[in-house]
Amino acid sequence: MSPPGAVPVEVRGLVKEYGQLRAVDGVDITINEGDVYGYLGPNGAGKTTSLRMMLGLITPTAGTVRLFGRNPIETVHALEGVAGFVEAPTFYPYMTGRRNLELLAAFDGAGASERIDEALHTVELADRAGDRVGGYSHGMRQRLGIAGALLRSPKLLLLDEPATGLDPAGMRDMRLLIRRLADHGMTVVLSSHLLAEVEELCNRVAIVRSGRIVYEGLISELKRGAGAVYRLATTDDERAIAICRAQPGISEVRIEHGHICFTADEPAVAELSQALVEAGALIHALAPQTVTLEDLFFSLTEGTAAVTPDGPLAEVAQ
Amino acid sequence: MSPGVLTVYRWELRKLRYQKRTYLGLGAAVIVPILFVIATHFRHRGPEDVPFGSYISRSGLAIPLVILLFGAIWMFPLITALVAGDIFASEDHNGTLKTILTRSLERWQIFAGKALTAATYGIAAILLSGTVAVIAGCIQSGFNPLQSLSGTVVSAPKALGLVYTSLLVYLIPILSIVCIGLLLSTITRNSAAAVVGTLMFSLLIQLIGILPGLTGLQPYLLSTQFNAWQGLLRTPIDWAPIIRAAWVCALYGVPALAAACLVFLRRDVAGG
Ligand SMILES: Nc1ncnc2c1ncn2[C@@H]1O[C@H](COP(=O)(O)OP(=O)(O)O)[C@@H](O)[C@H]1O
Ligand SMILES: [Mg+2]
Repeated sequence: MSPPGAVPVEVRGLVKEYGQLRAVDGVDITINEGDVYGYLGPNGAGKTTSLRMMLGLITPTAGTVRLFGRNPIETVHALEGVAGFVEAPTFYPYMTGRRNLELLAAFDGAGASERIDEALHTVELADRAGDRVGGYSHGMRQRLGIAGALLRSPKLLLLDEPATGLDPAGMRDMRLLIRRLADHGMTVVLSSHLLAEVEELCNRVAIVRSGRIVYEGLISELKRGAGAVYRLATTDDERAIAICRAQPGISEVRIEHGHICFTADEPAVAELSQALVEAGALIHALAPQTVTLEDLFFSLTEGTAAVTPDGPLAEVAQ
Repeated sequence: MSPGVLTVYRWELRKLRYQKRTYLGLGAAVIVPILFVIATHFRHRGPEDVPFGSYISRSGLAIPLVILLFGAIWMFPLITALVAGDIFASEDHNGTLKTILTRSLERWQIFAGKALTAATYGIAAILLSGTVAVIAGCIQSGFNPLQSLSGTVVSAPKALGLVYTSLLVYLIPILSIVCIGLLLSTITRNSAAAVVGTLMFSLLIQLIGILPGLTGLQPYLLSTQFNAWQGLLRTPIDWAPIIRAAWVCALYGVPALAAACLVFLRRDVAGG
């Protein structure tokens, strides 16, 4: 049994080296019950490697992982109440989807086999469960992976880019599914390289790059700190640029692809539009741009160097 | 019931039923004795230069014994290696280790279940091949008494008992081959490399035995232990080669098995 009061995930000083490469470089995270936690970073950031260590698949070079207070490297009992997969879930291609789940349920014990039908139903694979997995599409395997995880009726679900490689409809279904699981009170760790995905699903986020966490906290605060990027087109762009530069709350005014771009918060944008009209630069278009992971990285690295996990957001980007 | 080694064992056996190589190996174990019997039917003479070779047209019970002699060269090691060499490597090939290692079984339990399965397959292949040889042999040459290696005549029922005891003694070196297959399977993580490697190991050992100057090593070579059962077919029974087979095979098998287990327990599951 897990020690009382133990949080679902507590990672301290986690390091994994592959030769010269530090794939994971001193990661600390704490994930509380009910969190839908985004682990966001570009390819090669060390997301999968971190999750492998959390699942006890690889031994950390240094640092510790505790799942509900137990170490998954020492014993598989640490995975009680924990399920998930890294990269694309894998199965025995020569067996049917249902047979594969039967095997996993047998390896789980604890009545997991009684949950097979329900799990297949949840991921909408019930009608294809009799087919060999070798003939499944990537999306079907992905869903079978979730079904396999659900057999354990987990309290903590670790998912490694579960929507990657899916078509838009598959991605939407996957997100809806994760949303539903989270609504049922499951703690979810979701790695992703897509800001929009994490933003849609997660309440907290760690942003990783080159194995290091560069931000940890709420996405809304991060974006507020980073400021939104707007695109502007007017009848008199030259004058508009001057006005933007003069306007308080607006920064990084530049021309991108023939449009004026700037970073601002919402009240400043409202005041800007009034100032533009008053100056006779009439607005053709004034639209917020979607903030990308790259934008966030940009603002994180342009901000003061003192970005620490849970650090004051005012410092993140000024 | 909480899952354990037997859970793994049951499912590994079930997985074998889905795989072609399983039937390839067992098929060879069945077909080779049958082909051998068919060949003797037309030649009327056996291979004179091996023990029991000249008896195969007089007693069907000599046929399984001759099969054991020839099978030791490469057939039985290969059949055994087909599964032992594949059983861990195929998980790497399918990337499924991460799937089964994140359930409720410790790694040692997975290892033990797989090792038992590989052993079971080797045992099944030998017993199946021996039984087919007995049946086909007796159809061809009759359920007749057999002359022992000491020249005494052994009644047919007693000879049948000795044939099966010989099969059991033959399993001792087979289990060492299983262990070596398991080790190569965990180390190479590649099924073909492990199967071929196990076979190569078995052939190389035989080669050492015939190198001039190294014949003194003969009693301690794995290949020699495949002949230990011949002690049973002397009167009185010569236990010395059988006892030696037990400890010599343990010297090959136990370290290989322990190393395979350690490699599997400690490895990073970073692929797949
Ligand atoms: N088994 C391995 N051997 C060597 N390098 C590895 C291995 N696994 C991952 N890496 C390297 O570690 C870094 C992080 O990889 P990964 O954790 O897969 O990143 P992500 O999942 O964020 O894309 C990458 O540079 C990758 O090449
Ligand atoms: Mg990854």
